[in-house]
Amino acid sequence: MRAALRTPAGALSLAALLGFVVLALVAPLLWGSRAAQVDVSHLLEPGSAAHPLGTDALGRDNLARVLVATRDSLLLAVLATVVAAGIGIPFGALPSVLGRRGARAANALIDFSVAFPALLLAIFLAVVLGVGARAAVLAIGIASAPSFARLTQTLAASVGGSDYVAAARVVDVGRWRLLTRHVLPNIAEPLILNTTIAAGYALLAISGLSFLGLGTQPPDYDWGRLLDEALPRIYVTPEAVLGPVVAIVAAGLAFNTLGEALARGTARRPVRRPRAGAAPAAAISPSGTLLEVSGLTVSFDPVEVVRGVSLTVEPGEIVGIVGESGSGKSLTALAIAQLAPGSVGGAVTLWGRGVAELSRRELGTSVAMVFQDPGTSLNPALRIGRQLAEVLEVHAGAPRAEATAVALDRLRSVRIARPEARMAQHPHELSGGMRQRVMIAMGLMGEPDLIIADEPTSALDVTVQQQILRLLDGLSADSGAAVIFISHDMAVVAALCGRVLVMYAGRVVEELDAGALLAGAAHPYTRALVASVPDMAADRSQPLATIPGRPPEPGEVGDGCAFAPRCAFAGARCFVETPLLRELGARQRVACWFPQA
Amino acid sequence: MARFAARRLARLVVSLVVLLVLSFSMIHLIPGEPVRAALGPRAPQSLVDARRHELYLDRPVPEQFTHYVSGLVTGDMGTSLVSNLPVSQVIGERLVNTAALVALAFAAIMGLAVPLGMAAAILTRDGGHRGVEVAFTTGTGFLAIVPEFVLGVALVWLFAVRLGWLPVAGKTGPSSYVLPVAALSIGSIAALARIVRVEMLKVLAEDYMRAARAKRLPARLEYLRHALPNMLTATLTIGGLLLGGLVGGTVLVENVFAWPGLGTTVVDSVVQQDFALAQAVILLLGAAVLVINAVVDLVLGMLDPRSTIMAA
Amino acid sequence: MIETRELTVRFGPVVAVDRVSLVLPAGQVLGLVGESGSGKSTLARALVGLVPFAGRVLVRGEEWRSLPAARRRKVQMVFQDPFASLNPRMTVGAMVAEAARSWADVERLLELVGLDAGHALRLPRELSGGQRQRVAIARALAVRPEVLIADEITSALDVSVQAAILNLLREIQASLGLTVLFISHDLSLVRYVSDTAAVMYLGRIVEQGAVDAVVEHPRHPYTRALLDAVPSLAAPVIVEPAVLDAEPPDPGAPPPGCHFHPRCPVGPRVHPDRTVCEEADPWVGAPARPHCAACHFAA
Repeated sequence: MRAALRTPAGALSLAALLGFVVLALVAPLLWGSRAAQVDVSHLLEPGSAAHPLGTDALGRDNLARVLVATRDSLLLAVLATVVAAGIGIPFGALPSVLGRRGARAANALIDFSVAFPALLLAIFLAVVLGVGARAAVLAIGIASAPSFARLTQTLAASVGGSDYVAAARVVDVGRWRLLTRHVLPNIAEPLILNTTIAAGYALLAISGLSFLGLGTQPPDYDWGRLLDEALPRIYVTPEAVLGPVVAIVAAGLAFNTLGEALARGTARRPVRRPRAGAAPAAAISPSGTLLEVSGLTVSFDPVEVVRGVSLTVEPGEIVGIVGESGSGKSLTALAIAQLAPGSVGGAVTLWGRGVAELSRRELGTSVAMVFQDPGTSLNPALRIGRQLAEVLEVHAGAPRAEATAVALDRLRSVRIARPEARMAQHPHELSGGMRQRVMIAMGLMGEPDLIIADEPTSALDVTVQQQILRLLDGLSADSGAAVIFISHDMAVVAALCGRVLVMYAGRVVEELDAGALLAGAAHPYTRALVASVPDMAADRSQPLATIPGRPPEPGEVGDGCAFAPRCAFAGARCFVETPLLRELGARQRVACWFPQA
Repeated sequence: MARFAARRLARLVVSLVVLLVLSFSMIHLIPGEPVRAALGPRAPQSLVDARRHELYLDRPVPEQFTHYVSGLVTGDMGTSLVSNLPVSQVIGERLVNTAALVALAFAAIMGLAVPLGMAAAILTRDGGHRGVEVAFTTGTGFLAIVPEFVLGVALVWLFAVRLGWLPVAGKTGPSSYVLPVAALSIGSIAALARIVRVEMLKVLAEDYMRAARAKRLPARLEYLRHALPNMLTATLTIGGLLLGGLVGGTVLVENVFAWPGLGTTVVDSVVQQDFALAQAVILLLGAAVLVINAVVDLVLGMLDPRSTIMAA
Repeated sequence: MIETRELTVRFGPVVAVDRVSLVLPAGQVLGLVGESGSGKSTLARALVGLVPFAGRVLVRGEEWRSLPAARRRKVQMVFQDPFASLNPRMTVGAMVAEAARSWADVERLLELVGLDAGHALRLPRELSGGQRQRVAIARALAVRPEVLIADEITSALDVSVQAAILNLLREIQASLGLTVLFISHDLSLVRYVSDTAAVMYLGRIVEQGAVDAVVEHPRHPYTRALLDAVPSLAAPVIVEPAVLDAEPPDPGAPPPGCHFHPRCPVGPRVHPDRTVCEEADPWVGAPARPHCAACHFAA
């Protein structure tokens, strides 16, 4: 949060607010007498050198009055905010300490009051308590309390349900300590934020009440009352209106800008990504190869996440890409499909033609994507049938009936029972495994040549996983589509794929047959990875082989082999020269200076 | 869905009853003697007593309440303490004037803010058109903060006093609607446009939008068919809140423009201590807000099947 | 060490944990396997008192409910998500110190889990997933527990880091003589780490026994299906899925009789005469069968 105050918006607004506070304290001393000085000879004058904003009905200087009014305006706003927080925060904390019944009642009350406009409540209180500043402060305070309550309640619930609070309770941390060390520090920032914004709104609301004559009463005055006085005389002394208008807007803006600056400071900054650049013109590759990727790079300035990947895929082949987090495997897949954010370099060709030159329709029907999380990859607002049919409606100009028929057929081919019923449902009505199958069906609508599946089974149970693998295998065999299958799970990749690429830190470090993974890997990383994953025959008396250290973050990698710091076989050369992929046999390539064959 | 609707309507009824009780009890919560205060310290006690009797104020409270409610059902909202006319007569036409302002403002808000926000999001996604983004954020940020009455005064100053294009106050014909509606709606348009842009950007970043791009759909379909429905919930929720806020805002704006509506009525009645009138207007305006919120919830429930499941 | 008898956890109409009777022998590791919706995490939370439960839990023969807090602390837990289980605003050292007795203890614990004592001053966001998980383990060990529950502690970690955490767990278990409940959806990990194993499906234990016995001679069709579905580098083939292509079950509306019958490869969908699976609950009478298998046709 402190960092937020260093941004220009944050610093400016904070300075402005401090300026207002100083003004509130100092103005009555400096200009108080001027503001009160009645001058019968200069009644209701427009702006002049002596009185820049003119004079009022008693000849008093308007500018001085605006400046002096700062104190009351700010003070009332602060008081109202204190009332609001004082009522709202404890009330919002109630549901978490009450039982289920009490919590529901408290929630209902908060729901009811959140939507009620403050002004009506203020008018109600003005009738009951009589007009005046006290009623206004109470009214705005009570009316703003629900928003504090709602916020506190949400925060307390989310923090209260978090794992770290649960862990603290299990370790038997006392309730007081739990509150002060675990809950409060984690809800303080949003509350401070809300207070700042609430103070801004209180200022505006009380000014409104005073403007209506329901707030500050004569002889006291705040900006709202000054505006109320000045409005009827707007033809005669238009400058009189200017002062309160500027003051109210400036103060309101200062509060709000500060609040927003604080909010931006607490939220995680999204990475500023440059627009995706077009991939440069591609070289024509020998025809027959379905997909050829050479020198693919993906960067988010200044970090290069994918640092030069080359691979080929033949028609009907099933190729696997294995890697851990930070390896760049998912981005590689996205980049091949022209969907990657960031700047993409290198060449990707499909059937010999650069992918960037392909039309929407060609891309849409030749390349199908299956994403990892079926829960979020299907549009929750649209029915399944619509999401499937539109592929053909758009790309093949098919009429709806025809597209629907094809969709039904695809749903059947992915073994979804009662497809007619499914077509009319929304994604949230289906299970995870079924949603993944729908995604696959969606990709199949255009009879693609290439299916790119990015961790399609990672979010699924192991029994469902086997079904999906079998499905992909069968589809590839039946339709002749090639598959690029990305995963962190080597055993799964080995089961489905013929050929496997191993990625580490943005590069391909090894390429080999799936069957050779267990015993024939040459790169130390591949070997270490294979050794560290226990399978059903692992020797229980031995500790698992581990790889010291951890995979590097993109941006941490320098010259030389990225794996060298963790490699048991690294030599001096490995830290200086980057090894390139070289043939190591008929069906294997390795990027290593000391391959372990 | 039916269960959800029934529960929401039940909540509405409960809220209305609470509002009814509150508005009824208003007069009884006032310290001192309200009729005496309205008639003045010099009015003879017999007159005060007679008025109290007329207004049922000397009966036991439950009887007063039944009288009040039964009166409401038949459209009788009591008698104005100051003018001695039936409240419903005083309010009648003013209600229409207020409703016209609110309706026009709402139409302007929904009709302008949503396209503006969506366009801004499409232009500024992935950090594009930084100039547009800055202009949009500062512009809408500024306009959203300025309160309606301040904006109203500024508009009057510019368009009525300086330029003389539009009338300064009162309801005098079609051109007199422009400034009040503008004052009432501009802030909300800015606020809603900001939210629409943020929501749209969030939606555009979702996985299913990526899947839609993977299908290489034309941009129009991508935005209108895939993105928009997912934004509707948040947009309508805020829109509904804004609509409720318009009811409060109209009180302020009417007082700037001396618009003959409920807003000016209620303030005048409070200042003149005409409690019967004030009570009636508060009841009306409050009920309007509650009904609007309920309608918005129901509409949202119909549009988004998941929200009913979650609410139930 | 710990025994549960008919432990049941309900959330409204949903029965997340259904009359689970488990034994955790002292000083040994019980591996609990189950897929999503099986209720294994809920079971863990019940054992540390985070959710209310019906039924009995006995710790060294004494009722858990009647134990004072100091004794209940002896059952500790490490959570799945290393990013959510540490307070983002407390330093590592402070979190461990909350549970430990002295600062010297904190340093000792950090070193025990393979972290530098200097890490005590770091905030969680400065650590990697593996390091955070080590901190969570240190915190759990700080109260000198007798029982440690590891709820999917490696699922959120990278493959190359998993091995190190598992080794750590085994070392600590051996040197401190801890009783461990190791929860995972990954059968290979369970087999590697555990002495005894239990398989959970939709809130019920469908099979339990010595881990080698369960893995080599499974009695319940679900266990067999799980074993078949585990991908293996040694035999990288796609298997004929053993579970039928029916919907995964909804915990809120479980199938009648045997919960597994709609997907069971030897059940009524395949052998229409086996109607008993739809009518009678195989859990009754399970303790009499080998591996306490909850199946009418336990082979």
